[in-house]
Amino acid sequence: MTPVRYTLTARILHWLMVLLILGAFALALSFDDMPLSPRKLQYINYHKWLGITVLWLVAVRLLWRLKHPAPELPAHMPKHEKMLAHLGHIGLYVLMFGVPIGGWLMSSAKGFPVVYLGLIPLPDLIGKNEELGKLLKEGHELFAWGLLLLAAGHAAAALKHHFIDKDDVLRRMLG
Amino acid sequence: MRKVLLSSVVAMALVGAGAGVFAQPADAGKSQVRFVFTQMNVPVEGQFKKFMADVKFDPAKPAEAKVDVSIDLTQADAGSPDANDALKTKDWFDTARFPQAKFTAAGFKPVGGDKFQAVGQLNLKGRAANVTVPFTVKTDGHGQWLEGVFPLSRTAYKVGEGEWSDTGMVADNVQVKFKLFVPK
Repeated sequence: MTPVRYTLTARILHWLMVLLILGAFALALSFDDMPLSPRKLQYINYHKWLGITVLWLVAVRLLWRLKHPAPELPAHMPKHEKMLAHLGHIGLYVLMFGVPIGGWLMSSAKGFPVVYLGLIPLPDLIGKNEELGKLLKEGHELFAWGLLLLAAGHAAAALKHHFIDKDDVLRRMLG
Repeated sequence: MRKVLLSSVVAMALVGAGAGVFAQPADAGKSQVRFVFTQMNVPVEGQFKKFMADVKFDPAKPAEAKVDVSIDLTQADAGSPDANDALKTKDWFDTARFPQAKFTAAGFKPVGGDKFQAVGQLNLKGRAANVTVPFTVKTDGHGQWLEGVFPLSRTAYKVGEGEWSDTGMVADNVQVKFKLFVPK
């Protein structure tokens, strides 16, 4: 029996965003303590482009999800586990919006606007403000680590379903 | 001592003779010199926080106008602490050797209405070249406002050398925007 899976669109969006988010994260870690150089500026720009891509993709993904509800969680799961799963997913969505928006705010406050793909200048969300820029950087980093942690928990839960509970939760998002 | 006294007398006489003509240092508090550079198509605004400008300009005699601007490059703000430190290095302004940039022009060319052009010499990082600066002059009860924007080729002055010479990363064209207030 084929398991009830997420739609193909949802699966593609999910895995695409795994790659984009990990890429953005890796870039941020590598440029964070680099001395100023053309390469650093390049990485920062790529990072911003990835972030903005995540932002509009997560909006598409949320709309898709509202029209195409996720498959039911397995019946064997106790109520509190289902609740935890829902909260976790809500948290992931909140952070997938929050991290890039925070980065965009930070860029605006620091006076380095975002030009998406080097082609589309995005409006500044707030005026230049050095102190606020520092604060937003802290917030952006905190949110990003939160997203990574939550995503790690999410992946661990999926693996637990697959290998310990031996249900089809992971398979719903595969193939 | 006598020399100093004499020169101040001469200076006072000159100021007196030029009544009605603006021949004054620009008011630093109300004046600004900013610049916009572009990195990977991202426009970033900075400013020269310290500069002095002497402007002598009688709208009736634009040919006799004179302007002298000197900019303290050690006080350039390129938008972030990192960039400000970088600006002082050899690749950029090399402020240890060239702490100042200077612009001097004599004679403004009226180009209609309150618009003028000054062709002057810009000395930057040991290089001198002529630049044409278009600007408007507005006079109010307190003095004159000179305001303009002009493009500058950073590579012509070797500003941004070595790894920074790639104009695909930091564009060659830098816009310089200024607003000078010359009190009466």
